[in-house]
Amino acid sequence: MSASAEVAAIWRIESARIVGGLTRWCGDLDLAEDLAQEAVAEALEQWPASGRPANPGAWLMTVAKRRGIDGFRRRERLDERHALLAGELRIEPAQREADELDDDVLRLIFTACHPVLAREAQVALTLRVVGGLTSEEIARALLVPTATLQQRIVRAKKTLGAAAVPFAVPGPEEFRARLGTVLSVLYLVYNEGYAATAGGDWMRPELAREALRLARIVAQLLPREPEAHALVALMELQSSRFGARTAPGGEPILLADQDRGRWDRAQIGRGLAALERADALGRGRGAYGLQAAIAACHASAARFEDTDWHRIVLLYEALGNLAPSPVVDLNRAVAVSMATGPATALQLVDELAASGSLRGYHLLPSVRGELLAQLGRSDEARAAFEEAAHLTGNDRERSVLLGKAAAQG
Amino acid sequence: MKYMLIMRTTDEALAASAELDFEQIIADMGRYNESMINAGVLAGGDGLTPAEEGVVVDFTADAPIVTDGPYGETKELFNGFWILDVKDQAEAVEWAKRAPLGAGDKLEVRRITGVEDFPADNEWIQKEAEWRAAGEGEPKA
Repeated sequence: MSASAEVAAIWRIESARIVGGLTRWCGDLDLAEDLAQEAVAEALEQWPASGRPANPGAWLMTVAKRRGIDGFRRRERLDERHALLAGELRIEPAQREADELDDDVLRLIFTACHPVLAREAQVALTLRVVGGLTSEEIARALLVPTATLQQRIVRAKKTLGAAAVPFAVPGPEEFRARLGTVLSVLYLVYNEGYAATAGGDWMRPELAREALRLARIVAQLLPREPEAHALVALMELQSSRFGARTAPGGEPILLADQDRGRWDRAQIGRGLAALERADALGRGRGAYGLQAAIAACHASAARFEDTDWHRIVLLYEALGNLAPSPVVDLNRAVAVSMATGPATALQLVDELAASGSLRGYHLLPSVRGELLAQLGRSDEARAAFEEAAHLTGNDRERSVLLGKAAAQG
Repeated sequence: MKYMLIMRTTDEALAASAELDFEQIIADMGRYNESMINAGVLAGGDGLTPAEEGVVVDFTADAPIVTDGPYGETKELFNGFWILDVKDQAEAVEWAKRAPLGAGDKLEVRRITGVEDFPADNEWIQKEAEWRAAGEGEPKA
């Protein structure tokens, strides 16, 4: 195994703790990242000759701090604070307790998802500093040019500095809302991977896997937060279907037609266990808990026709009341069509269409097309499918929709 | 990617570990497992009871021969495993290196096959898919 592959693996495992620990040490996320990168470069240079140190994470941290102090000296900025930091290093820092490093990771997550940042900046910064991904990897996953992504990260760090955002876990008065932001950033990353909104790939599973890994980390660090466990449950349950969601040619296969034997049963088991952990906290289900419960209904049906659609309708109703959203209403309409038939569902979809809240969203005409087709209204169905094909940004999905339009005769 | 870390050890190493503080072994192993859980990579794992409690079914002869464990001439005993959900083999190896094991112990790192590793048009692969869908032969969560 090459030295660079080994260092990359260590970086993936240690980076959040190293960058978190360094940020707390020097008070500057941007500098912390630079120092960590310098330490990695030094590792790549030294380890092939000197051998890998016994504790590579601690080695990287110490080298990064040494580099930091060299920098302060060069810039003659060895003021009182930096002298203090230098002194701490000379005393040979004791291996910090794992708990303390975990706290740094948590601080890092809350900082990267701070509300002063725009949503896309939160996503980029989280993948970079918490996930340890390179700008190239993030740019490729998010389908933006590397230069754009780098610019986004630079600006995000400047914004954090300008707003003097503290490197801290939020206090109780804002904790709930801030945790909500963290979870929503992770879910956005997951969804970008699960149902790619643009480009030629129906799924970008590596992005979804990364989101799941980060969600597991958050749930471990905040074991008393039901929605953190519920988000893990939701991601595990949806990911269990990855193997069944695409045909060999890459075309998407929808839930009804999926070969359920290709669902990952072990992953379903982990998802159900995570939902149980969320429920066991006894604080009721939030938006992720309800979505995970819906995914669990699908996961536990051996065949499509065994699905408990009445229960799914109830869960969507609860979800719609808790977090009103036209997308949830559309999903509820689909569940209603399965539970009670296409006519009632079409009424709901037409009301949604009339409200205009989903204008431009391809799944609205797509669902409408399905319902019209079931009701034998072929001409209207064809027009709806064509409209959906026109609206989607995903090439694979477009060809499926055009195929459905053509099948209306 | 899912990888299995397969733990193998020798009679000598097992005998040597009997001298060690059991509480300490449990604590070290617990910390190791916790670090993988915290990193979001541990997907499963278990240890096995001593090989003396097991039996071996040997297919060398025409009919399978069942003998008491351990494996006779085999020097290495399989005594536990972890399943990791990681990015690549390098990350699995990196986690393997961190296991609290000692002289005589080995971890074999093997990728676990997924549905994508088999031809989807094979009759038996399709049957297995049906069994899995029905939840037969699957470990309970």
